[in-house]
Amino acid sequence: MSRFALLAAAALVAFAAPAVAQDFVMVNATVATGDGSAPIADGVVVVDAGKVVYAGPRAGAGSLPATAVYDLGGKWITPGVFMAVTDLGLADVEGVADSNDTRSTRSRFSAALDASVAVNYASQHVAVSRAGGVTRATIVTSPGGAIFAGQGALIDTGADKDAVVATRMFQMVTLGEAGARIAGGSRVAAYAELANALREAGEFAAGRWRGEGNLLTRADAEALGQVVTGAQPLYVQVERAADIRAVLGLRQQYPKLRLVLVGVSEGWIVAREIAAAGVPVIADPLENLPASFEQLGATHSNVGRMAAAGVKVALGGLSGGITGPRTAPQFAGNLVALSRVPGATGLTWGQAFASISSVPAEISGFGGRYGVLKAGAVADLVVWDGDPLEVSSAPVQVFIDGIEQPLDNHQTRLRERYRDLDESALPKAYDW
Amino acid sequence: MPLHRVLALLGGAAALAACSTGGTGGEVKSAASSAPASKVEVPYPSSYRPYPGAPTALVGATVYDGAGGRIERGTVLLRDGKVVAVGDASLSTEGYTRIDATGKFVTPGVIDIHSHLGDYPTPSVDAHSDGNEATSPATPEVWAEHSVWPQDPGFTRALANGGVTSLQILPGSANLFGGRTVTLKNVPARTVQGMKFPGAPHGLKMACGENPKRVYGGKGRMPSTRMGNFAVNRQTWIDAKDYDGKKRNLAKETLKGVLDGDILVHNHCYRADEMALVLDMAREFGYKVTAFHHAVESYKIGDLLRESDVCSAIWADWYGFKMESYDGIPENGALLYQAGACVVIHSDDENGIQRLNQEAAKAQAAGKRAGIMIPDAEVIRWITLNPAKAMGIGEQTGSLAPGKMADVVLWNGNPLSVYARPEKVWIDGALLFDATDPKRRPVSDFELGQPGEGDVK
Repeated sequence: MSRFALLAAAALVAFAAPAVAQDFVMVNATVATGDGSAPIADGVVVVDAGKVVYAGPRAGAGSLPATAVYDLGGKWITPGVFMAVTDLGLADVEGVADSNDTRSTRSRFSAALDASVAVNYASQHVAVSRAGGVTRATIVTSPGGAIFAGQGALIDTGADKDAVVATRMFQMVTLGEAGARIAGGSRVAAYAELANALREAGEFAAGRWRGEGNLLTRADAEALGQVVTGAQPLYVQVERAADIRAVLGLRQQYPKLRLVLVGVSEGWIVAREIAAAGVPVIADPLENLPASFEQLGATHSNVGRMAAAGVKVALGGLSGGITGPRTAPQFAGNLVALSRVPGATGLTWGQAFASISSVPAEISGFGGRYGVLKAGAVADLVVWDGDPLEVSSAPVQVFIDGIEQPLDNHQTRLRERYRDLDESALPKAYDW
Repeated sequence: MPLHRVLALLGGAAALAACSTGGTGGEVKSAASSAPASKVEVPYPSSYRPYPGAPTALVGATVYDGAGGRIERGTVLLRDGKVVAVGDASLSTEGYTRIDATGKFVTPGVIDIHSHLGDYPTPSVDAHSDGNEATSPATPEVWAEHSVWPQDPGFTRALANGGVTSLQILPGSANLFGGRTVTLKNVPARTVQGMKFPGAPHGLKMACGENPKRVYGGKGRMPSTRMGNFAVNRQTWIDAKDYDGKKRNLAKETLKGVLDGDILVHNHCYRADEMALVLDMAREFGYKVTAFHHAVESYKIGDLLRESDVCSAIWADWYGFKMESYDGIPENGALLYQAGACVVIHSDDENGIQRLNQEAAKAQAAGKRAGIMIPDAEVIRWITLNPAKAMGIGEQTGSLAPGKMADVVLWNGNPLSVYARPEKVWIDGALLFDATDPKRRPVSDFELGQPGEGDVK
């Protein structure tokens, strides 16, 4: 018997999910590494101890290690989708208030809020996202009573209890129309709130906290101190071109701010300035309506035009059960479609997949570790039954940290129960 | 005197449309003769008139006719606002401007049965929030067309990215009886009358479940429960039965229209058990439910829906955003298809309406993975002929058949692929969108002189 156990991928699916990482080699695969390059036909991926050892053309793989070899018969392998700025695990049903931890309207705290403490690893949205090929996501709450929404975290979607990968990764602040309403009714008020908060936080960070005389609570000042010193990135929700310029200008006064722009519907109008500032963007990819007066310039070409100007752009902001993280590949595919529309600016296939894998991972501070298939990266990988950006495709296998994941959930159980409507022997309630 | 006050018979309107067809009038008669005959005098009549078009032959494309047919290297002939013929390469194109559509795809115009464009337009400011008359749980007297803002930029996106040529605008779901719907052609006009689909019947928007009981329970009034929903519904129908029309009552005119079969019921309803109760209520009072909208649990009662001849207008995969959507599954459409029930893919969303083709493809693919194989041409029916029929305009549009309106999309690739977009869109034979001609796209008044005016969007 050869030391190479040659198995069909279909057989692997039938195996129960092991609790430990497997060592394996996948051959005869279409490999998209997620780094922006084009997919590789006849590719090979080598995984050892939960890490990628090699991903690329068969020719460059050298001699394959003595481990399980799976022939994918041309199926696709990609890194798991990395979705930025979601509320995954923070709500079971958005419309059921008791189950929803995405916003704290009446909290006494704001910047101090730490989304990671609320994560429900067993959420159905986590399970559905996993089945959709999403393996990592950053999460953050929405702003409630203050312009600061709190601190974001990174989770994985694995079917285990350890969902939280990193905590207190970034702070989120909302400016523009939403921030203006929260701050008391105008953008002017929002900037006054922001300036005061950063000043008080700076004092805290410098050991000059004056306690009672301040507007921030101690906890919020402590959290924002991380932002002022540059220890923690500041994600700024902003849409309008004029507001984007104003945010970029903040670094003149606060040179250590590590800015990331979120939303950015009119980013294309000021794309060169964003690029020159070296500020990355997490954009909602398919906004193209003047939903508000700060989005009058919204267009599907926004992401493509920013990318063409040299801005580092990830897709993000997909939440809940409507356009949840699992729809990220469809959204990225639409950006590829734009490249064939006269006058529009889209992305190449490689860029589009990178915008939901390596680029958001890099912006989140995990470049080279997640969202990419290359030596040393964590073995989050997805085997698809077709082009991953195509609406007809779906994952057939998902690995997180090299561990194959179960893909069943509430939805798949309902599907199996209602495959037929036969109740001749017993009610449907007994079919499980 | 209103200049355009006409007696808009449903059949009569089709015949009227036939007047503009020149040599093809005979082929339209069959459509007119099978339209429901009714003599409801409809105020605020359509003033829509088709725009001029050239005789056009689309040659070489894969043609999905909307009725389940598929022709490879097909030929589609359009003239005088109508489809003249659909066939293979042997069709003569003499007298037509030929468009080489080799490698491309042709479908009927996409139809959205559930949209709030115009009554919840963008910009989504409070001043534009005109979709829910949330002051009483039963407002059958309101008409969506009196809220529609024809300058909603969303109409233009639905055309350019979605290939949408007809759409039904509904009141929202705050009320049990939300009011009358209106069906529009997606042709920009200065007035809503200028967009109204000639001869389309009105619908009545009804709503089950959480929304009405939440809105009115929250105001401390009935209904605050699902049983309250049904009590208000039933009493309203009972009162409507007594209406003799001697003293006009707008609410009861709408309800009588339903009981007489002139107005089609479009019922927002998520849960299977509630749909079954609604079907019994319809039986109790002698009306028909045409379609359940949102219907995320239809797959649990596909047999009942087939027997009741009710369509399910659904999203491909929305689920879990509210309690009554918790059991939504992506195989809903495929399981309904397997049960022989009517499937319509709808948007209820100004973004989703731009991708109904992709949503249909997702629903198809979910079925395939579950072992339910549905031909592409059948899936196209979910966004064309099926919604047309459920909106009462299936004799005029929704499929590519001789004599029907020349509402046609030329796609630059397979519309069931994420990579395809409309290249050209004709409505009643007039070319109203052309991706290759920057000026052949609509720009609403609102967007003139604003950032991105005339952008590809």
